[in-house]
Amino acid sequence: MIPYDFEYYRPASIAETVRLFWVLDHQGKSPVYYSGGTEIITLARLHLIKTGAVIDIKHIPECRALGFEQNRLVLGAALSLTKLEEANPFPLLSKTSSGVADRTARNKITLGGNLCGQIFYREAALPFLLADSQAVIAGRDGIQRRSVHDVFNGGLRLGKGEFLVQLLTERSYSGLPYVSVKKRKQWETGYPLITVSALRKEERLRVAFSGLCPFPFRSAELEEDLNRRHVPLETRIDQAVRRLPAPLLNDIEGSSEYRIFVLRNLLAEVMEEMEGR
Amino acid sequence: MRQTPHARMGLHLNINGEEKTVTVRPADTLLDVLREHLGLTGSKPGCLNGDCGACTVIVGDLPMKSCLMLAVEAADHKIITIEGLKNTPIQKAFIEKFAFQCGYCTPGFIMNAHALISRHPQAGYETVKEWLASNICRCTGYREIEEAVMSCLRKPEMERTPKGS
Repeated sequence: MIPYDFEYYRPASIAETVRLFWVLDHQGKSPVYYSGGTEIITLARLHLIKTGAVIDIKHIPECRALGFEQNRLVLGAALSLTKLEEANPFPLLSKTSSGVADRTARNKITLGGNLCGQIFYREAALPFLLADSQAVIAGRDGIQRRSVHDVFNGGLRLGKGEFLVQLLTERSYSGLPYVSVKKRKQWETGYPLITVSALRKEERLRVAFSGLCPFPFRSAELEEDLNRRHVPLETRIDQAVRRLPAPLLNDIEGSSEYRIFVLRNLLAEVMEEMEGR
Repeated sequence: MRQTPHARMGLHLNINGEEKTVTVRPADTLLDVLREHLGLTGSKPGCLNGDCGACTVIVGDLPMKSCLMLAVEAADHKIITIEGLKNTPIQKAFIEKFAFQCGYCTPGFIMNAHALISRHPQAGYETVKEWLASNICRCTGYREIEEAVMSCLRKPEMERTPKGS
């Protein structure tokens, strides 16, 4: 049971949602945007998040968009992960997000919720980082498009009162060769350790990571090392590992040394598969 | 904009084909309301963290962990709890295959499996495995549960049995 009260709002438009946020904020209610809500409920039960009002964005039409518009895939932030998997407009996203939590939980977890949550894995970010997608952000200054590299740069970069409405991805990325592998320390259902997603565009490999650092990331320098195909694979991996951003995670799921050990093997697996195609 | 008062609100829910009106806090989870307000105690509180699946109910046509859903979110959907299932194939199969031991996880498994069978009546083994991974049985009776679910499915789209068995 959640040990405190909050108000619940269900706006039907972007403008109404933003306006509501600021009204509630001025009332001192510390409002939070609510999509799937799984993380908010879990943290609220433990008193790890405190809010006087939640604003449910699932009924905003733009947040439920799913389809191609001209040459672009439009995915609303309030789409559940299983809805995305079943529609499968972006196979790399389907594959990567199918590793999040479990099937029933993914009926509730949304794309925006996974990307904007506090839990550091946020695997759904990887395909968008690889595809140089754009994020549609709503806030006091209206609706803006920003590169996902700016929005997910070492953590989520949203201003106060802003929320993620959609992700826009060029259609061509949905058909590119990809690999996405998730490793867990225990069984097939344990908590995640590392996820590596890779995509090949114009003979260059792009690679993004979750579970290594407290944020999902993609590194241009690291990719440069991995793409030196004249260099032996083991050497490329050694060089790439030196490019990892700090800090590396070191927790009950795996020490930083263990994560590096798993990463080396995982990169070898991913590189062999992608370069063999 | 739908707004709720801070403390308590009247909420209409369609549960097991019946219209119910309850007075709840917006912060109440669906599990809280089912058990504490409506006396539907078949949905079990387990981890309360979305991990165990003991509280699974069907909302619309999808299994949902009722500990991870606010009751107010379920207002526009049809909800089915274990109390709403009567002599369904999966319930009979659980008995025939001895698919429970202590029984605490059973309602959650049955609700998840019922949704699976309804949505994918010809599901293959990999699909069954993926769906059942949402629930935990601490008595570890997984093999019998899996057999019960497989026995309710029609002949396969793909394979029906695990590789190597």
